[in-house]
Amino acid sequence: MSSVLKISNLHVSVGETPILRGVNMEIRQGEIHALMGPNGSGKSTLAYALAGHPNYTVTEGSIEIDGVNITEMEADARARLGMFLAFQYPVVIPGVKVADFLRHAVTNVRNPDRKEGEGLIGMREFRKEIRERMTELGMDQEFARRYLNDGFSGGEKKRMEILQLAMLQPKFAILDETDSGLDSDAVRVVSEGIAKLSGPQMGVLIITHHERLLEANPPQYTHVMLGGRIVETGDASLAHDLHANGYAEIRARHPDASADNAKAEAAAV
Amino acid sequence: MSSATIDVSRIGFSAEVFEQFLATRNEPEWITAGRRAAFEQYQSLLQSELDPEEFKRVDLRVFNAGKFRPASAKADSTAIETLLSDKTEFGGSIAHVNGQLTHHQLSDEIKAQGVLFGELQSLLTSHRDLLEPHFMKQAVKPDADRFAAWHAAFWTGGTVLYVPRNVEVALPLHSLIAHSRDGVAEFSHTLIILEDGARATLLEETSSATADLAGLHVGCVELIVGKDANLRYVQLQNWNQKSWHFAHQAGCVASNASLQWTVVGLGSKLSHIHQDINLNGRAATAEVNGVTFASDRQKISYYTQQHHRAQGTHSDLLYKEVLRDESRVIWRGMIKVDPAAQQTDGYQRSDALMLSDDARCDSIPGLEIEADDVKCTHGATTGRVDREQIFYCMSRGISRKEAMHMIVEGFFQRVYDRIPVEVVRETLSRTVQGKLGIETVAV
Repeated sequence: MSSVLKISNLHVSVGETPILRGVNMEIRQGEIHALMGPNGSGKSTLAYALAGHPNYTVTEGSIEIDGVNITEMEADARARLGMFLAFQYPVVIPGVKVADFLRHAVTNVRNPDRKEGEGLIGMREFRKEIRERMTELGMDQEFARRYLNDGFSGGEKKRMEILQLAMLQPKFAILDETDSGLDSDAVRVVSEGIAKLSGPQMGVLIITHHERLLEANPPQYTHVMLGGRIVETGDASLAHDLHANGYAEIRARHPDASADNAKAEAAAV
Repeated sequence: MSSATIDVSRIGFSAEVFEQFLATRNEPEWITAGRRAAFEQYQSLLQSELDPEEFKRVDLRVFNAGKFRPASAKADSTAIETLLSDKTEFGGSIAHVNGQLTHHQLSDEIKAQGVLFGELQSLLTSHRDLLEPHFMKQAVKPDADRFAAWHAAFWTGGTVLYVPRNVEVALPLHSLIAHSRDGVAEFSHTLIILEDGARATLLEETSSATADLAGLHVGCVELIVGKDANLRYVQLQNWNQKSWHFAHQAGCVASNASLQWTVVGLGSKLSHIHQDINLNGRAATAEVNGVTFASDRQKISYYTQQHHRAQGTHSDLLYKEVLRDESRVIWRGMIKVDPAAQQTDGYQRSDALMLSDDARCDSIPGLEIEADDVKCTHGATTGRVDREQIFYCMSRGISRKEAMHMIVEGFFQRVYDRIPVEVVRETLSRTVQGKLGIETVAV
């Protein structure tokens, strides 16, 4: 019985500006989906809207996990239902140790009914688990004692996201340009990390400009976003084709979406 | 001296109150003479304005000294809640309630080391030769300002710690200053003298017996650290929110000695601490930590001065303040470097975290450098809890409230990391969490 993340006719605005204009997508546990598209097409907006960022207002449509409507839920409730966003720009939280942060997160995600202030998962078992995951990801044990993302290099931050993914074992993982800003060694580490973690228990949505991540994690579906809509869906070969040839043909095939996208790009400048 | 120009009844105590107070004292003539001299200075200082540099942001308009009177000489045995006293093993402890000694204990091992730890008046009397040269003579002088003079005239009780040359007091000592009656004015003094090469740790806290009694503390802290000595001193101010706290606090650090000084401000209606760090001897060092958490309509103010008076001295001050509700925090910091104090390294920094739009923080660092070969750095930041930090935590399943707790805890962590006594770190962490009451906080 695999879980399903269902996105139906999703319209999302930031402030007064509409960004997503009716996105439909269905992701099952065990599937890998790639989401591609030019700048301004709405990829990161979709990622934030799925995670429940308060600045992204759903004006129409819905997001469901196994038939449960999560559109109005706060981000923590979504995480407890199995949603995970690997951030393009992970946030620094000074003074909060990686291990303490993750112990709180893991406790909440594994005991979704936990009340505030109730005990955390046992220190010993948690420590053993985080050490094992760090070893698997080739991370120095010292990481757990550092303050979260504070003074981390770009590559360290992304690895930190992957460590969180490994510890939280979500049903659905959205990877928002997890490969951006990394050198090729770091991209390899991240790609291999995701390949190790994804499996029948995880549905993955990979937002990327690079092919490396998709080579290690070949998608069953490739979606192309333009002007806040999914304009085409294909298999892994579509991703390959877009990498090779760019978005010119897609833009030509979808002039309305292309015009909306151009407006969004202009507004972003 | 006439009181015709300014009505002192709101800002201080009259000659009549002083005479009544003296009548309750049973002490040697030289002590009384010292009080009389201080009271004269006090009356004169009451006629002049407070230094605007230090006090212009500290709103004393609603302060009414007339509501407070020195406590009677009767000791009060009310049980007082403390944050620290039962949390670790102490080598000795002392408590003052309403300015009267109520408890005193020191381990035989420490007594055998020649350490004096006890109540000020009795030790001043029994060890005059040892203590008089230090008591309000160099660290804090009675004429420093109105509050110092007030204290010098009216001091009642207080803690003395004297550690002889090269003696190390292995266990920390504990001191409690408390109020238990409404309208009590209390003038506890803290005098610590470490002779050359001595080492000791004193943890001091203030507390009110109940939440609704109004108290006034006009205190004074003098820390005299001899050559090569090391003192760790913590003062945790945890009065109720009806209390006023004024204190002149100063440390004098001799050559190659070090002072680690932690100031914690959690309680009081209004508190103003004047903190002087005097680096008097070559290569003296001081590390100063401040942890402040203001809530409701509390006003907590600090005036700190790191005064480098000798060559190769080092000072490092880090204050962290969290403000919620309609609270206000003022920090005015100064690094002073004398012409002789070449190759000094001075650092000061204050970081404030605002949890509400109605709170206000003024952080004003300053430098006065008269030597040309020095390294001095200062800075101040004020920020809000970042929504993106909250969202990041929540996206990992952490509730908004837990996220706020984590972020505030993390904010203080850098200063906790510097506090050398574990029990203090743990107590602060617990107390701060207790004070957070996140639900009403807007982010």
